[in-house]
Amino acid sequence: MNGTIQAPTIEYALLAPMLLVFGAAIIGVLVEAFAPRDLRKSIQMPLTLLALLGGFVLTVLNGINGLPDAPAAMGAVAVDGPALFIWGIILVLALVSTLLINDEDQFVAQAAAVPGSPDEEEAILSGYAQTEVYPLLLFSVGGMLLFASANDLLAMFVGLEVMSLPLYLLCGLARHRRLLSQEASVKYFLLGAFSSAFFLYGTALIYGYAGSVDLKAISAVLTEVSGQETLLLVGLALLGVGLLFKIGAAPFQAWKPDVYQGAPTAVTALMASTVLVAAFGAVLRVFWVALGGLEWDWKPVMWGIAILTMIVGAILAITQTEIKRMLAYSSIAHAGFLLTGVVAIGAAEQNRQALSAILFYLAAYGFTTVGAFAVVTMVRDAGGEAGHLSRWAGLGKRAPVLAGIFAFFLLAFAGIPLTSGFFGKYAVFSAAVAGDALPLVIVGVVSSAIAAFFYVRVIVLMFFNEPAVDGPSIATPTVGTSAVVALAAAATVVLGVFPQPVLDLADQAASALFIR
Amino acid sequence: MPWLSTLIAVPVLGAVGVSLVKSDKLAKQLALAVSLVVLVLTGALAYLFEPASKERFQFAEVYEWIPRFGVHYGVGVDGIALVLIALSAVLVPIVILASWHDADGTGAAAPPKRSVKTYFALLLVLEAMMIGVFAATDVFLFYVFFEAMLIPMYFMIGSYGGAQRSYAAVKFLLYSLFGGLLMLVAVIALYVIADKGTFMFPELIGVIQDPTTQKWLFAGFFIAFAVKAPLWPFHTWLPDAAAQAPAGAAVLLVGVLDKVGTYGMLRFCLELFPDASKFFTPLVIVLAVVGIVYGAIVAIGQTDMKRLIAYTSISHFGFIALGVFAMTKDAGAGATLYMVNHGFSTGALFLVAGFLIYRRGSSQIADYGGVQKVAPLLAGTFLIAGLSGLSLPGLSTFVSEFMVLIGTFERYPVAAIIATSGVVLAAVYILWMYQRTMTGPSKEPAHVMPDLNWREIWVMGPLIAVIIAMGFFPKPVLDVINPAVDKTISSVHIEPFTPAVAEKKGAGQ
Repeated sequence: MNGTIQAPTIEYALLAPMLLVFGAAIIGVLVEAFAPRDLRKSIQMPLTLLALLGGFVLTVLNGINGLPDAPAAMGAVAVDGPALFIWGIILVLALVSTLLINDEDQFVAQAAAVPGSPDEEEAILSGYAQTEVYPLLLFSVGGMLLFASANDLLAMFVGLEVMSLPLYLLCGLARHRRLLSQEASVKYFLLGAFSSAFFLYGTALIYGYAGSVDLKAISAVLTEVSGQETLLLVGLALLGVGLLFKIGAAPFQAWKPDVYQGAPTAVTALMASTVLVAAFGAVLRVFWVALGGLEWDWKPVMWGIAILTMIVGAILAITQTEIKRMLAYSSIAHAGFLLTGVVAIGAAEQNRQALSAILFYLAAYGFTTVGAFAVVTMVRDAGGEAGHLSRWAGLGKRAPVLAGIFAFFLLAFAGIPLTSGFFGKYAVFSAAVAGDALPLVIVGVVSSAIAAFFYVRVIVLMFFNEPAVDGPSIATPTVGTSAVVALAAAATVVLGVFPQPVLDLADQAASALFIR
Repeated sequence: MPWLSTLIAVPVLGAVGVSLVKSDKLAKQLALAVSLVVLVLTGALAYLFEPASKERFQFAEVYEWIPRFGVHYGVGVDGIALVLIALSAVLVPIVILASWHDADGTGAAAPPKRSVKTYFALLLVLEAMMIGVFAATDVFLFYVFFEAMLIPMYFMIGSYGGAQRSYAAVKFLLYSLFGGLLMLVAVIALYVIADKGTFMFPELIGVIQDPTTQKWLFAGFFIAFAVKAPLWPFHTWLPDAAAQAPAGAAVLLVGVLDKVGTYGMLRFCLELFPDASKFFTPLVIVLAVVGIVYGAIVAIGQTDMKRLIAYTSISHFGFIALGVFAMTKDAGAGATLYMVNHGFSTGALFLVAGFLIYRRGSSQIADYGGVQKVAPLLAGTFLIAGLSGLSLPGLSTFVSEFMVLIGTFERYPVAAIIATSGVVLAAVYILWMYQRTMTGPSKEPAHVMPDLNWREIWVMGPLIAVIIAMGFFPKPVLDVINPAVDKTISSVHIEPFTPAVAEKKGAGQ
């Protein structure tokens, strides 16, 4: 560098979506500090929606303007096709989840009040609301955007933490069954911190091997240096643990059911959809871009993990009696299906196909998931949501439309044709077959069949069983919630009948693969 | 005019209309009207169909659906598809008429009152999918209909069926889904290995040459079809599903849906994987023959009428599979004709059993006796439907069963001889059921067991007319079927290897 320090260049236009979201989050914090309590919500809500919408528009503009051929921000962030596609999905899904979060009955009045204490009662009576939820959500979304597009391991770690820390908090804010919620929060935090440490340690070891944290530099070193494989392989394993934890792949899936169950359902909807999307973006970047040269080392392990994840998700879901836990295990199984696409790495053309398949799957799955959790928020008991499956018996008679839509979402999860889930599954499975992973696909369809059993069981409960005498009531949905359900159902139908436009978009996004 | 698309669209629009109208009565009438429109359109289609045409698929329409996956919306019919579409189009209005009161509750274990509109809307959606599945000339589109049609049937069994309905519905769905998913793997692999960038069936014929690949893909398709048909030993879902389904749904389930399995074997297994089909023929023949005898023997032992009819169908599906895999022209044409005839004959049996059950509220054979004294018309139609089930000469099923047996005997005499025992056993299960329910001292006073009313006569009349007409004069239907079957069989024989038996047959003539 000749002793001079060059000022870093930042491509503000490219990073605008992320910057907007972070900026809005900071404004949100200021609002919390200075705006009077009763005004906060009416400021935070539009602010959040505008920020997410603006971010989405900027992402689209980026896409229209054409993609750069080098990473932005001194090589820290790669704003490439896949990144833009993933940003788009994350922002839309977060926008949709925000509509769910705008529901009085979801969040605790005052998080600091001890459950069951007079303080809590007072907080409820005085109509407090933790409006910090909104800036926390924005920070988390900003983190996801960074996590999915980071081009070096440190930026990725920062993204990971910025994404996760607000989520740990959000998980503990449920209004009903607060102890369960707080337990989920602590559990998620401890395990999440543990996995972050793994990730960081892996980064350090890989830095030790490659002398850089830049993904491109790492992949370049892989082709040159031989020897010292131990450092590299251990680093790879540790990085893998950190990332696989976030997508909830077995054997790192244990947090998912507890956290999904305990968290406020609106937050669960956000996590189940967007975190999975962001984490897959990161997984692909690490394993395909940085460690693509080590394909032969990690592929067998990834095979094993994919198989294990599909089977564990599908089989354990059968034993669940709580709707959110069941959806959590279903999400684990879906992570497994997505991993079959990650394994399908090969020649460039093959990679394009697999990448576009994964992107499509993420979009399809994200919408259906948000929709399903939105329905869950509407089925309520005296003590909050009626989570136990037995309470859902006969729902088809009390609320035929709602139950019908939920059944449709379940069929989409099961991958029945004419739903978005089918084409998602079809896309990754066909990519995997083309990538010589036929056995994986066979395991995939077998676990799909097992998974179909518990989806169908819920349909049986809702439609073929008699309603309980004191069954749950169906909350009159807020405009936001109905909009979410309608949008998710529409997306599930449209992607299931005319998937071509989105497939084209995913193809386009995947056409240049990842920039390095 | 896009005939086939219209045929698919009309029932779908009808279903939407049925679910929107206010009153149940209007919904039923609308459903009936829509199904009759479909029937008329199908009639016109059959009239315009040219059996001698050089084109493999007539009324073909091909549009790109999902170019990314090489999927087309491709429909078209040959003789085989046409007769099966006609079967569906004839059965649906009959079933609607027969089910007029079904959704209100069947018999003693009366399920709670369910939405009548939904039942008829589901019926029409199912009709659209049945037509679609037979008309599809794109393998992917076929798969989509193949799987999607499970859903309306699942809800029909699960919501409107008997006491064990939810168990039966889930069993039906999971069995079919499992088979279907195995087929999905084969479909994907077919696309990837063929590397043609298309799923259009005509372009995929003869593409897969490698024998090992063929065998694996064949297995994927065949298991799905064998579960669907169902062949022994994949049959256990059928008696449950058919016994629990409302009579109308059972007719469509056994009469049409299960035909998709045998149709798939004939169309896709044989033509896409000819070498593998030949390789697996001995196995399939054994399964078919076991099914024929097993289904018949188990049917004799049944105490429940609907289960009994379901087991007779397993026996009949054995005959159809036997005919398909005998790979002679007679047997192939016989098997196709059998699919149609079995649809009418079993449909008639299920419906007349449904009328009995509706009156008495029980499906147990032991609960009936001497019905012919109080309700002679009912007993008479039951007898004719039963006789067609045992393939009495002069009734339609005889023609097809005879053709299958003759065609099979040309190549597999032992299998044909053993299969013939199924004919004898059929006489036992049908006549014994008739004897126990219809003859003897009457168990019911006349007011409990009224004779057929006008609606029911209109249901049974057309069916019996078809059964008798096609028994005496099957030629029009065979004329439509024969060219299509010839093409199928000859495309299997394109392969250089010609079985020794076939040569002998040629020499014999």
